[in-house]
Amino acid sequence: MILNKNALLRLMPVLLIGMVACNNKDSSQLIHGDAAQQAYVPPGEYDEFYAFLSGGYSGQITVYGLPSGRLFKEIPVFSQYPENGYGYSEETKNMFNTSYGFVPWDDSHHIELSQQNGEFDGRWLFVNGNNTPRIARVDLTTFETVEILEIPDVAGLHCSPFITENSEYLVSGTRFSVPIPQEDVPIDTYKENFKGLINYVSLDQEHGHMDLAFQIEMPGFNYDLARNGKAVSHGWSFLTTYNSEQAHSLLEVNASQMDKDLMAIVNWKKAEEYLAAGKFTERETSYYHNLMDEGSGIVNSEERTTTKILDPKECPDMVYFIPVPKSPHGCDIDPTGEYIVGNGKLSADMSVYSFSQIMQAIEEENFDGEFDGIPIINYEAGLHGIVQKPGLGPLHTEFDGRGNAYTTFFISSEVVKWDVESKEILDRQSTFYSPGHLVIPGGETRKPNGKYLVAMNKITKDRFLPTGPEMMHSAQLFDISGEKMKLILDFPTKAEPHYAQAIEAEKLMSNSKKFYPIEDNTHPYATMGEGRSRVEREGDEVHVYMTAMRSHLAPDNIEGIKVGDKVFFHLTNLEQDWDVPHGFAMQGATNAELLVMPGQTRTLLWEPKKPGVFAFYCTDFCSALHQEMSGYARVSAEGSNVPLKWGLNEELRENQEAANSFYEQAKTRASK
Amino acid sequence: MKKLPSPKILMLLAVVSLAALFFFPLWQIRLDAAQFPGGLQLHIWINKVSGTDKNIIQNINILNHYIGMQAIHPDSIPELKYFPLINYLMITLGLIFAWINKSAGFLSWTIILLLLGILGLYDFYLWLYDYGHNLDPKAPIKVEGMTYMPPLLGKKDLLNFKVQSYPHWGGLFLGLATLLGGLAFIKSKFGKEK
Repeated sequence: MILNKNALLRLMPVLLIGMVACNNKDSSQLIHGDAAQQAYVPPGEYDEFYAFLSGGYSGQITVYGLPSGRLFKEIPVFSQYPENGYGYSEETKNMFNTSYGFVPWDDSHHIELSQQNGEFDGRWLFVNGNNTPRIARVDLTTFETVEILEIPDVAGLHCSPFITENSEYLVSGTRFSVPIPQEDVPIDTYKENFKGLINYVSLDQEHGHMDLAFQIEMPGFNYDLARNGKAVSHGWSFLTTYNSEQAHSLLEVNASQMDKDLMAIVNWKKAEEYLAAGKFTERETSYYHNLMDEGSGIVNSEERTTTKILDPKECPDMVYFIPVPKSPHGCDIDPTGEYIVGNGKLSADMSVYSFSQIMQAIEEENFDGEFDGIPIINYEAGLHGIVQKPGLGPLHTEFDGRGNAYTTFFISSEVVKWDVESKEILDRQSTFYSPGHLVIPGGETRKPNGKYLVAMNKITKDRFLPTGPEMMHSAQLFDISGEKMKLILDFPTKAEPHYAQAIEAEKLMSNSKKFYPIEDNTHPYATMGEGRSRVEREGDEVHVYMTAMRSHLAPDNIEGIKVGDKVFFHLTNLEQDWDVPHGFAMQGATNAELLVMPGQTRTLLWEPKKPGVFAFYCTDFCSALHQEMSGYARVSAEGSNVPLKWGLNEELRENQEAANSFYEQAKTRASK
Repeated sequence: MKKLPSPKILMLLAVVSLAALFFFPLWQIRLDAAQFPGGLQLHIWINKVSGTDKNIIQNINILNHYIGMQAIHPDSIPELKYFPLINYLMITLGLIFAWINKSAGFLSWTIILLLLGILGLYDFYLWLYDYGHNLDPKAPIKVEGMTYMPPLLGKKDLLNFKVQSYPHWGGLFLGLATLLGGLAFIKSKFGKEK
C-alpha cells in the first residue's frame, strides 16, 4: 500500500470513526482475567516505579505510580501555581523571568532524567518549555523546580532537552527557524534569512546547574526530536528535522512534498574541540538564567548576553545529514547504541540506521551531495534496514533491553512490538486512542527495565465518564514481560503528557526530603522563633516577620498598616516534622496563597486598598485546631497615625528569651 | 557456681555494664497513633533525652501543648546533670572494691546500686506523674477526668496515642550491673567453701 499524505488525511477520520464504533467490545476482549491484579497495589503498599509525565499545555509535570496509575503530585514548572504560591511568592516569581519579560506559562514536552553511564541516577529531572524556549531542572530530593535557563534565538524549543549518557549535556534544537539575530524581514525571505540552532547546555556535575555551552548554526529546517548516542555511539547526537522544503506557509502541505527529510548527526566531541580551539564566534543576545538558592529558597534571576556559535561550514567533520523517510518525528536509539530508529510519521515504513555503518560511510566519504556545506550521507549506506508496513503514523520508539523495540502509531492507534535486529513485527495492541509518546522504565537508557509500557494517548473520547467537551487524556498500561503485550490498566492523565520517563522507586524514595532543616534556612526575612516575630516599617513597606506553628500564626494581630502600604508577609514554618505544611491566605490579596513547608520561609505581598480589619488564616488543615489558626490585620486610612503594633495573645514581645534560645537549640540539634 | 568467673572479674564486668549507661538510653517511651507511621520514640538517657530524630522533643511538645502538658526542656531537668556524676562515682567505687576483692565490698556496692536504681525509678515516676497531672488550665483540649501520665512500665491508651514504656539497653545494663555485683558477692562469700 503506497500512501501519500493526502490519502492519509482522508483515511484518518475513517480510521478514527471505525475505532470509536467498536472500541468497547475490543478493549473488553483485550482485558485478561488477572489484569486487574497485575496493576493492583494494595492499600498501604508502594508502587514499583515513579513515572514523570510532562504536562504539555499545563506547563507542569505530574508524578504517577506504576503499575497502579495513582497520581502522587503535580510539580509546578513553567506555569504559576496558586495552589502553593509558586510564581506568586516573592521568592519564586523570578523563576518566570525571560528576555520577553515575565512569562507565567509554557508548554512542557519532554522529560529527561539525569544519567550516569547510560543509566538513570535519580538526581535531577529536566523538561523543556516549548513556547518561550527554556529548560527547567527539578531537584528529585524535593520534587521542586530549582532552575530555569532560557535558550536564545530559537523558536519553539520542541526538540529538547535530550541528555547525554553521563549528563554532560542537554541537547536541543529549534522547532521553528527564525532570523538570527531577530530582525524585521519579509516572511517570504525564509530561505535567505531564517536559520536553525542546535544548542548544547552543559551541566555542572555537582549541583546540576545549567549553562549554555555553545550553539551550532544550522540550515533553516524544523528540528523536531533528538537522542544522544550511548555506549558505542556516545559522543554523537541525532536530530530529526522536517520541512527540508523550507516552506513558511501551509506547512501541512508545503513541508510534506519531499519523499525524504534529513536527520542531523552531530559529533559533539568534535564540537568541543572546535570550541576549545576558539573556532566560534561570540554573538550578543539576551537570555535569562533563574536559579533558586538552596538555603533561602529565593530565585535569583540574571540576564546573560553572549553566546558562542559554531558554524559547520568552518568546522568540518562536526555535522552530517542523512535522509529519513518523510517528515520524521521520533529519533530513538536502542540500548546498545548501535541502532537508530527514524520514525517517518508520514511514511509507510520505518528506517533503522546502523551507527557503525554511518561511521563507515563517513570514513569512506560515501556522500550524496551536501546542504549548506553539510555532507549528506548516502541513505542506503547508513541503513540497517526497513521495518515493512508496521502501521500508520509511527511517532516514538522505546526499548525493553531484550532486543525488542516498541513503537507508537498515531493514525492506526496502536503499539507495535518488533525485533530490532531482524526488523520482524512480533505483536501489536490497540490503544485508546491515538498514542503520541510511550514510556518503558529506563526505555531510552542502556539498561531498560522492560516490565511495563505506558502509551500516552492524544484522544480520550469515551474511555471515562464524560466531563463535557474538555477531558483529561487517557493512558494505557501494558505488561510487556511476556511475548505479547497485555493491557492491564487504563488511567486518565492531567493536561497533555508528551513524553514521560519512569524510574525504579528505590532510586528516589530514600533521598526524598521530609522537610527543610530550619538551621539551614538562610532567608534574610526568616523568623527563627516565635518571640522574634515582629512588624517593621520601612517607608511605605511593612515587613511582617511571621511564624507558623501548630496551631497559631505569630503575630496574629497587626495594627498600624495604612492604605497604600506594601505589606510583605514573610512566613516561616517553624515545624520540623514530616507533612506539616502551613498555608497563608490574606483576604484582599490579589495574587495567591502561600504553602510553606516545615523549615521554609515564603513571602506574600499584600497591598490593602481600603481601611478596615481583614482576616488571614492558615489554608492547610494542619491540626485539630487548624480552624483557629487565623488573625487580623487592621488597615487605617492613608496618613492616619495609628501606631504600628502587633502581638500574639498580648505576650510575645516580652518573650525574647524563648525566642533567642530557639535558634540556638536548632543549631545545637543540627550539630549533633 | 564453679563455672562463674572470679568475683573480681564479675565486679569488673558490673563496672563495664555501668559504663554502658553512657552509650545506651535507660528507658524508652513509644507513642503510636494512626498519623505517625513507625511511632514516636522518646529515649531517656542518664544525661539527656533524645528520640527517633533530633526534632522529637519539639514535635512531642507541640502535640502535648493541646492537652496542656508542660513542654519537656531537658536543660531544666537537674537529674540529667547529676545522674552521670553518681554513675562515675559508682564506677570508681566498683573499681576500688574489685581491687580490694572483699565480699563485704561487693555486697555494699550492690546494695547501694540497688537503692540508687529504685530511687531513680521513683524519681522517674514523679516526673511522669508531674507531666501527666500538672496540666495547663487554659489547654485547648480538656477531657473531663483525664490525666496523661505515661505508664512507668507497660502499655496505656492516652487519647489517640497508645503509649508503651519499657527499659532500653541502658536500663537492662543497670539491672545486669546489679546482678553481676550480687554474683560477685555470692561467689566471693560462698564460692571458696566448695
